[in-house]
Order: sequence, then structure tokens, then C-alpha cells
Amino acid sequence: MELKLGDYKTDVHNDWCPGCGDFGIVNAIQMSLAEMQIPRHKAAIFSGIGCSGKTSHFINVNGVHTLHGRVLTFAQGAKLTNPDLTIIVVGGDGDGLGIGAGHFVAAGRRNLDLTYIIFNNGVYGLTKGQASPTLKLGEKTKSLPSPNTNYNVNPIGLAIASGFTFVARSYAYDVRHLKDTITAAVKHKGLSFIDVLQPCPTYNDINTRDWYAGIDEVTKMTKPRIYKLEETGYDPVVHYDEEAEINEKLTQALIKSLEWGEKIPIGVFYKNEIISQYDKRIMDKIPNYLENPPAAQTISANNKPITDISDILNSLSV
Amino acid sequence: MSTDISWLIGGPQGSGVESAANIFSRACASMGYHIFGKREFYSNIKGEHSYFIVRVSDRIIRSNINDVTIMVAFDAETIFRHYSEIMSGGVIIYDSDLTQISIDEVHTIDAPYNSRLVKQLGSKPTIKTALDFAKSNGAKLYPISFKTILSNMADETNNPRLRGMIRMYNVLGVSFSLGILKMPPQTLLDAIDAIFAKKQAIADLNKNAAIYAYNYATTKFPDLTFTLKPANKTPDTILIQGYQGTALGKMACGCRFQPYYPITPASDESVFLESNEIVDVKEDRPGSTLIVQTEDEISAIGMTIGGALTGTRSATCTSGPGFSLMAEALGWAGINEVPIVVTLYQRSGPSTGLPTRHGQDDLLSAIHAGHGEFPRIVYASGDIEESFYDTARCFNYSEQYQLPVIHMMDKLLASSVITCKKFDTEKIKINRGKLLENLDRGTNYKRFAFTDDNLSPRSKLGLENGVFWNTGDESDEAGHITEDPEMRIKMMDKRQSKLDYILKTMPDEEQAISFGIEETCVISWGSPKGSILDALELLKNENIRVGFIQVKLLHPFPKSYLDSLLKNVKTIIDVEANHVGQLGELIKQNLQKKPDYYILKYTGRTMTSTEIYESIKNIIEKKAKTRQVLTHGA
Repeated sequence: MELKLGDYKTDVHNDWCPGCGDFGIVNAIQMSLAEMQIPRHKAAIFSGIGCSGKTSHFINVNGVHTLHGRVLTFAQGAKLTNPDLTIIVVGGDGDGLGIGAGHFVAAGRRNLDLTYIIFNNGVYGLTKGQASPTLKLGEKTKSLPSPNTNYNVNPIGLAIASGFTFVARSYAYDVRHLKDTITAAVKHKGLSFIDVLQPCPTYNDINTRDWYAGIDEVTKMTKPRIYKLEETGYDPVVHYDEEAEINEKLTQALIKSLEWGEKIPIGVFYKNEIISQYDKRIMDKIPNYLENPPAAQTISANNKPITDISDILNSLSV
Repeated sequence: MSTDISWLIGGPQGSGVESAANIFSRACASMGYHIFGKREFYSNIKGEHSYFIVRVSDRIIRSNINDVTIMVAFDAETIFRHYSEIMSGGVIIYDSDLTQISIDEVHTIDAPYNSRLVKQLGSKPTIKTALDFAKSNGAKLYPISFKTILSNMADETNNPRLRGMIRMYNVLGVSFSLGILKMPPQTLLDAIDAIFAKKQAIADLNKNAAIYAYNYATTKFPDLTFTLKPANKTPDTILIQGYQGTALGKMACGCRFQPYYPITPASDESVFLESNEIVDVKEDRPGSTLIVQTEDEISAIGMTIGGALTGTRSATCTSGPGFSLMAEALGWAGINEVPIVVTLYQRSGPSTGLPTRHGQDDLLSAIHAGHGEFPRIVYASGDIEESFYDTARCFNYSEQYQLPVIHMMDKLLASSVITCKKFDTEKIKINRGKLLENLDRGTNYKRFAFTDDNLSPRSKLGLENGVFWNTGDESDEAGHITEDPEMRIKMMDKRQSKLDYILKTMPDEEQAISFGIEETCVISWGSPKGSILDALELLKNENIRVGFIQVKLLHPFPKSYLDSLLKNVKTIIDVEANHVGQLGELIKQNLQKKPDYYILKYTGRTMTSTEIYESIKNIIEKKAKTRQVLTHGA
């Protein structure tokens, strides 16, 4: 039976601020799941802490609302034991790139087949608007007592440097583009990352919807800042396993990730399916891992263990 | 006369002390002897002093004793560290080329020990001074020039490479020892084959050296009064390294996922599991225990929880500092009723503390780690054999009661080598509690549904019709966030009621073990068990009867069972490897009783049965202060 968009929605009251970019993201995730017809029990949303953390409660698939900064660790544990699950990890920029930055890097090195979406709004909304790791040096959003004293993290650049094999950016108010990006990310074989520009209407009075649209009061721009990489002939894909090819695509993505201000690219920056997925690396030591993963294994019969450790015990016998 | 020999071998870290001890232990065990061996080492890769004491007996032994019967020293520091431990009539086999070395030439001897040595041996002591001291205490000196032995061997076998092979000193030391103990030489050769099973060339080289050294010792030195002739073999005996107990327990009871971060003394367990990652399954294709090395302990416990949510039996294994990092996630597992097992191999804290040394100072940490109130089980094993069966119990508890279980182990248990009865997987039961294997279509599944016993049917990620939500926030039955005050009461009561339910449903003998109740009774938890039992046997031989209660369930605290056991006890002696007397604190808090005496050790070294025996005797003879602090061991 075909699953409809409505099947992926819960009736949990949504308490995000009116106009929040998060609505666009949750809609896009639901649309993408419906488009891919992923059975509800086989999908799981893992979320971090903050406004974005509530996302898992609004989507009618398994939802695991975890700890601040640790969401990737929970999600990887689930994916490792049950590789059959489609896992989408969501969290804020403070969650993933501040407190959780170590896990972000380590996840990149593993390259498990799951998708991580960062809701990037430049502020810690739920604690009343402190500076997040993506806020630019010297910027002063409205609830900061003084301008930001830290240089910003470059999420796209960090993802590329850490080993994510699909790195993209999208925009919370371009739901169609975001939905397509999520679908492409989920279908990607390996760890995918989407940096979603997500205006916080309450606390980020710099990177507003108008600012992204190029119609804010301050800069007097006339053109939208956001443009789509795919419309410029940009090719993010690593096509063959040669150092020169890989280096060229990595460098190109890194340079592109530095573009900000009057022109902000969205779309896929980098895609590499040549690097082995983590499950393939596991299969080098456990050949039947995918056909008999941990969650699928039977461990008892009639309440008795069926694992046979007699070979090891015999080797210890004296 | 029964045999009871304590054999000590020491040397710089990296010089093969452990291999030597393994060969010695294997040889003795295969002759039918019982073994209790422990390893002491610095937080260091190469150069600092490490040693192994192997106790060998034809009776069951569970601990080390103070006296050393035979010491093998191929470096100066071993002599400086241990010369005073050799019993009268005991033997020091040492490298005679070391005699002139003075203490100032041994740079790894630190200032505090240097000054204690000077106090005992006079200023500028040399190896000779130390050996003279031992001799005056009745030790026999067996000098051998290790260098000359190698050089003679090189000449006689026409193999000049042997001349400089100081890596062979360890095997020479074992072989000299077994020679003077009149152990049949074939046993030694078999043990070498077993230890170097995967390296035939090294095994052959070592065997040649071993026989040469063995023959040298038998002809050169007079017979000792004690020998190691074949003893009565106990059938179904294994020789096992401490950490293998929990590892094999995990394999047998179906733990299929263990993420971990490297830390001493816990990571040996994970490495052993990874070395045996593919497991045989009766009448089925092979299974596997997936081991993942994570970026830190926070990730390790996060992944463990993620694994448990898919219905996989999942655990992590760590030590004090790593456990501290896991505290927040432990609470998440608590509020979401996720069954995980954390195997906690304690070492001495606080902070980095004594990172390679023994301690039991994390009991209160295990009981209280994490903010807020949530149920957990803290369960402690007293020896390696127990730890195998307890591991399976811990997984059952975690699934039966749907909560995190912290399995308390420690450095002594991790790094000792013992003989014990072969583990019997038939004795293990598997209880997965209310884990769902299928759900009907149309079921309105709620993960935290209220039930009569407050335990809800547990779905898993991927189960059809079993979609569920978890959150670290307080939640309603479906697992969605709530801040409703009445729902909060219901949910807190639901979870916290498990603590009483555990005490009601867990059999008494799983909560604590009584080894006999007497007017004077020792109470303890974890690894002091062996030293206590051996000490009580010594006291029994003198017609001094002392009881012993080993507490296994530390949280929730088994109040009523312990109350009934302690009803007629007049004097309670608390034995623990920490400063506070942490079990004593729990007794005060829960039983309105307090220990009359404490026997405590926090040097980072393990308790010997000699120390426990002497301390209890002091108490019986009314010569003891309330706190006796043990100090033995280098």
C-alpha cells in the first residue's frame, strides 16, 4: 500500500516559533520519506538537543531524541547493528559543530551509510540566542551582549576534511530543493551531510529570510544571495579512483565552501562513492556481517545460549 | 606435605616478564597444580619495573601471599624492589653480572623508594648489599651469569646470534626455576609450544635455550626441599586471564555489539573479543560480536545505546575515567529504559590516579553517576569464574528490568591468571524480558505503556508495527515530550519502582553470598573475596571461626537479605580496596548498622591473604584500631 505524505506526520503539537526555518526542514524530510516510500518501521530519525531536537517527534517513523552533541554516536550504534535501517540524523549547528565536533569528525572517518542534516542558524535558540560555531567573527546577533569573538566553523569544509562522502548545502525555505537534496543524500552509498541554512526569526536578526533573498534593509542588494550549484555546471562527483581526480574534487569543494556573502552556493559540493563504506570494511573481518548483522542474530533457544565457545575453552584447557 | 610456592619474576617492562609467567603458569597448571598469578606494572611501555607473582599449590588457592619462595631476577631493579620478600629457605636466582650495581645506577628507582632502601640497607646500597640482607633472612642465593650461559650456548650450538639475545633471559629464568624444582622437562617444552603456538621458529629457539638452562640448573644447584612433581589433576580445568571471564561471558550470552575506547585495564577485554569476533553458533551460520573502537567513551556508550535500541545485546567496557564521561548517557538509558551493560574494570583514581594499579574506589561513582534520579543495577563479581556467569546475569537483568547495568570488575580481576573449572554454558539462562519479536498490524504500540509490573513491552528499531519514540526529556507513554506534572509523577514512579521490584524478584543468592555466618563476620564486595576466603581458611586451622558475606548486588542495596544475614553478628569487618570504606557507607546508609572494623588498602596493590589473615587476627585479639590500612607489595 502506498504511503502518503500524511502517513509520515504525527499529531504532536509543534511549538517552534512562527516562521521558523525548521518547519521547512521537517516538511522536506517527510516529503522525501514519502517519495522514497520507506516503510515507517524501517526508518529512524535520530535528533540532538535544541529546537531541532524536537524534529523526531513530528515525523511518524521511529524517533530517537538523544543528548546534546551525541546524536551521531547513538545513530551509528543503531546503523551498525541493524544496517537495514534508513537513518536520518538531525541536529543544530551548536550540537554538531560545537559540543559534538569530535563525533562529527569521527563519523566522517567511518563513512557509515546514513544522512546527517544540520539545522544551521548561527545561534543557540533554545537558550536564548548565544553565538553558535557558525556565526561569523565580529557579528552581533540581537541577544549577544557583545560581538562574537570566535572565528566560524566552515561546516562544508569540515565535512569534506573529515571524510564525509556526500556533502551538500540547502536552504530551509526552498523545500523542494531541500527535499531533493535529502533524497539524494539518503540514496548516496555512504555518509552524507547536508548543511541547511535555516533562519532563526527570533534570535538571528542578521541571516534572515530577507537577507538570504537579498532584500534586507542593511545591504541594499537586489539579487538573491542563494544560487544553485547544479545550475552553474559544477560537477561534484569523483568519477574515478585516481589521486588527481579525488584531489581536484576535494579542492574544488573546499574553495566553493568558502564562498559567502553576496553569493551563497547551495547544492551538492562533493560526492565520492569510491571510498569504501564502513559496512564493507566490517565485511573484511566478518564476511557474513550484512546477511547476519548483530540485530538479526538469534542468541538463544528455549532460554539457553546457542553460542558455542567450546573451541576457545578447549584452547584454555590444561 | 602440601605444595605452596610463590614464584616471582621481574624485569623492565617489555622484557618478556609476562611471557615468562605464562610459560611458568602453563607448565605448572598442566602438571595439575592450582595457579593464582598477578601482574604489576607501571604506566609505561618500556623500561619501568614490572613483575609477576605466580602462586602454585596442590590445594585450591584464590590469592597471593606475602612470602616469595623463588625469585628470578635478570635485572638489578627486581632485586632492589623485592629482596626483602623472600622467605627463609627461599631462593633468589639472579644474574651474577649484576652484583656490583649500586642503587644510583638504577634510574627507574624513584626518590621515595630510594630513601626507604637507604634506610634499610645503609647508604649507597649495591645489589650485593641487598642480597646479603636477603641471605641473612635465610634466603639461598643462586647466582648465574645469564650472559655466559647464552655465550656458551652460542658456542656449543654454533649459533653466534644467541650471544646477544638478552630477550631470552626471561625463558632462561623460567627454565632455571623449573629445573631446580625438578619439573619434568617435557612439561616446560609443551608450555613453550603452547605460548608461542603461532610462532614456530621462536618456539624452537626458546625450547633449545630452555633445555640448556634447565639442565644447567639441575646439575649446578643442590636440590630444594620443595619440588613440582606431577600433582592430582582436577578434570575440566582451564588456565585463564582475568579479562577473558567477562569476554567469554559476553560471547556466550549473546552480546553482539561492543563499542569501546582504549583504557587500562579494560581494553584487553575488548581486544580479546575482537580477536574472536566471529562466533560459532549451534546448528546455525556463524554469528559475530561487532567490536568498534570509538573516538571517546561518550561515543562508546552512545553507540551501545543505539545498538540496544535495535534489540541487540550491547555492552561497553571501560575504567573509571571513561565511566565518568559516560555519566550523562547513563541517565538517558535510565529514562528511556534501555538495557545496556557497562563492564567497569576499576583502577585507582581519582583522575588518572594510579592508572595501571588496582583499586575499588568507583563503587559510589557507579551508584551515583549521572544527574537526576533513575534506576540502575550495580553488580559486582568476586572472581574470574564468577565473572563469566555474572556477565550473563547482567544482560538478563538489563533486559528483564529494562535499565542500565554496571558490572563492577577491577584491575586485579583483569590482570590475574588463574586456574578454575571450565566454564559451563549450560548453566547460563537467557532472559530477554519483554522484548517483542513481532507485533500485530493495527496495534497501537506505546513504548512506555503503563502495566501492572511497570515494565512495558519493548519494541526495537526495525520491528514492523512497533514504531516508537525515545527522548531524554520526560515523556508520555508514546515517548513524546511532556512537562505535565501528573504524567511526570506516573513516569517517575514507573521507573523508580523497578528498584523495589528488583529486590523482590532477584533470588537472595544472586544478591549476596554467605560463606558462613559467625559472631565476627567479614563483609566485602568484588575481588577481595579470594584473599578473604584464603585468610579464613588459615584462621579456621587455628580454630578461629569468622563468617563472610560477599555482597554482589550493590544497587539497589539488598537491605532485607543483609539484615537477615547480619541479625546475630556482633562484629562486622568491612574489607575493601579503597580509602573511604564505600560498602561501609552503604551499610550505614541502608542498614542502620556500621562496620566495627575496616581493613582497607589503597596503595594500588592487591590484598594478600597474609595481610587479611593478620588484620583479622589483630581484631580477634583486640589489638586492632578501627581502620587497618594494608601496605604490602612493591
